[in-house]
Order: sequence, then structure tokens, then C-alpha cells
Amino acid sequence: MFKATVIVKRRPKILDPQGKAAEQGAKLLGFNNVSGTRIGKYIEFHIDTNDEKAAEKEVKEYSEKLLSNPIMEDFEYRLEKVK
Amino acid sequence: MKPTFGIVTFPGSNCDYDAYYAVKKVLDYEAQFIWHKEKSFNGVDAIILPGGFSYGDYLRTGAIAKFSPIMEHVVNFAEKGGIILGICNGFQILLESGLLPGTMQVNESLKFVCKDIYLKVENRDTPFTNKIENDTIKIPIKHGEGNYYADVKTVTELEKNGQIVFRYASKNGKVSNQYNPNGSISNIAGIMNTRKNVMGLMPHPENACDPVLRKTDGQLIFKSIAQSLFN
Repeated sequence: MFKATVIVKRRPKILDPQGKAAEQGAKLLGFNNVSGTRIGKYIEFHIDTNDEKAAEKEVKEYSEKLLSNPIMEDFEYRLEKVK
Repeated sequence: MKPTFGIVTFPGSNCDYDAYYAVKKVLDYEAQFIWHKEKSFNGVDAIILPGGFSYGDYLRTGAIAKFSPIMEHVVNFAEKGGIILGICNGFQILLESGLLPGTMQVNESLKFVCKDIYLKVENRDTPFTNKIENDTIKIPIKHGEGNYYADVKTVTELEKNGQIVFRYASKNGKVSNQYNPNGSISNIAGIMNTRKNVMGLMPHPENACDPVLRKTDGQLIFKSIAQSLFN
């Protein structure tokens, strides 16, 4: 069994209204050094196979077809073997 | 002859009854609901994907609805040339399904916007706009994620092919930032596919049909569809 961790990020050029709003909050709290806040998604799940290649294929397809929107988002993933 | 509209209800749709009311009670056409788990639909002349929050907008608006069993048949219907109108969340579902290009983002203001706006009619030669005579129509919007985005290449293509149907504008049809309620690129409010049988728009024509609301421009979109079906 594998544990997959996927991080979905907006492409740098795409506006991130949530990040912008959080950063406005940061300024109100006095975090004046903070800049470039971007908000993405952190997703984790298990893949029930012992074949690492198969697990990798599945995590990629899941990320491409559902977890991210290829028009505005990129994703990166990590796989670790678990019992 | 009366056209029959099929209105797809997803879990979380909340404008399906509004669409039914507009089509059936106000315009006196035929209408039927289609539950998203249905595996087929028959005797339907046009499909409406209504507004709402399908699957709670989880992950991204429309992202999970595209896997509802009915969507396969909606896509087939589109491929056969069937008329499909996606309103608000329905538009977002059409984008996620790849039936229309681009995607939606949270409104630039970060606020949910609910108000009447004017739309400049950019293309009248479509099954959705052939009955519109004026330069603009007044229809309400009500959304938090209506900030249409596509890359420059896609927008140029849309423009070139006349696929941009509606733009946010002033009452007189002036298109500018001032009249853009959500930050949509190029003030885009509604687009269609190149084959002209699938249109998505953020504003809600079904909420501008009943004369008791003192705004009836939305009727023109449904009347245009009826006109195109039987001509």
C-alpha cells in the first residue's frame, strides 16, 4: 500500500483572490514582511497496490482528471510505501 | 409545437425549479426534470443545466458533477447537435466537462454578487439569441465564482469565431471594467461552442421571465431556443 500526498497550486500568473485576501489579513495583524501569499490544496489518500509504477500512474491520473484543473493549476505529488 | 426542456437536477442544484417555472409556467413550454443518476433521457428537445452548488462546490465548482452518470448522455446529446444551455453552475459544469473552453475563478472582489446587470449581445446569429433585438438585455447575476478565465490564445479564438455571446456592459452596451461585476477576462458573461449548440452563461435568464418581477428579458433566450428548434 502507498500513501499519496498531492499538492495543487495555482499557476504563478493566475490571480489568487484567496491568497490576496489572506495577505490583507496578514497586514492587519501586523505581519508587514509577508508577501506573495498563494493558497493551494493539500490532498492525501491511500492506493492499495504494491506496484509502485501502478500507484504512480493512478496518482497522476487522479490528479490530472479530478484533483486539479489543468487550465489554471499545477500539481506535485509524493508517494511513500506504508504497511 | 411546444419544445420540451429537460432540466438536470444535481445534488445541490437550487435553480432547477426556477428554470422549470420559467419554461413551463411562464412560457408555457413543456419541461421535465432529469435526476443526475438517470442513465438516459427521451423526448427532450433541449437540455438545461441549472444553477446552484452541485456537490457543494467541493474541490472546484462543477468538478464533481461532470462525473454524474447523466453527463455522459449530456455530452452525447451535445455531440449529436442537441441544444444545451448551462446557467451559472451549469456553465461551470460545461467548462469542467470540456464542452466549453476556459474555467471559473472566485470573483475578483471576493464577494458574492447578486444584482441585475446589463449584457451586451455580441452575437445574434445563435440558437440562444435569435429573438433578441436590442443591443443589451437586463438579467440578474448571483454568484461568487463567475470570474471567467481563459488564456489569451483561447480568448482570441473565441472572439474570432464569434463564440462570445454576451459581455457585461452598461445599459447602452458600453463594455468596460466599470461594468465588469466579477473580473471576467474581456468582460465575458456567456460563450458557446464552435458548433453553436452549447452555451454557458453566468447570469440567470430564468430569473428574468415572470412579468411580476418587472423584468422579462430572460424570456428571449428561451424563445430563441424554441424558435431555433422548430425552424
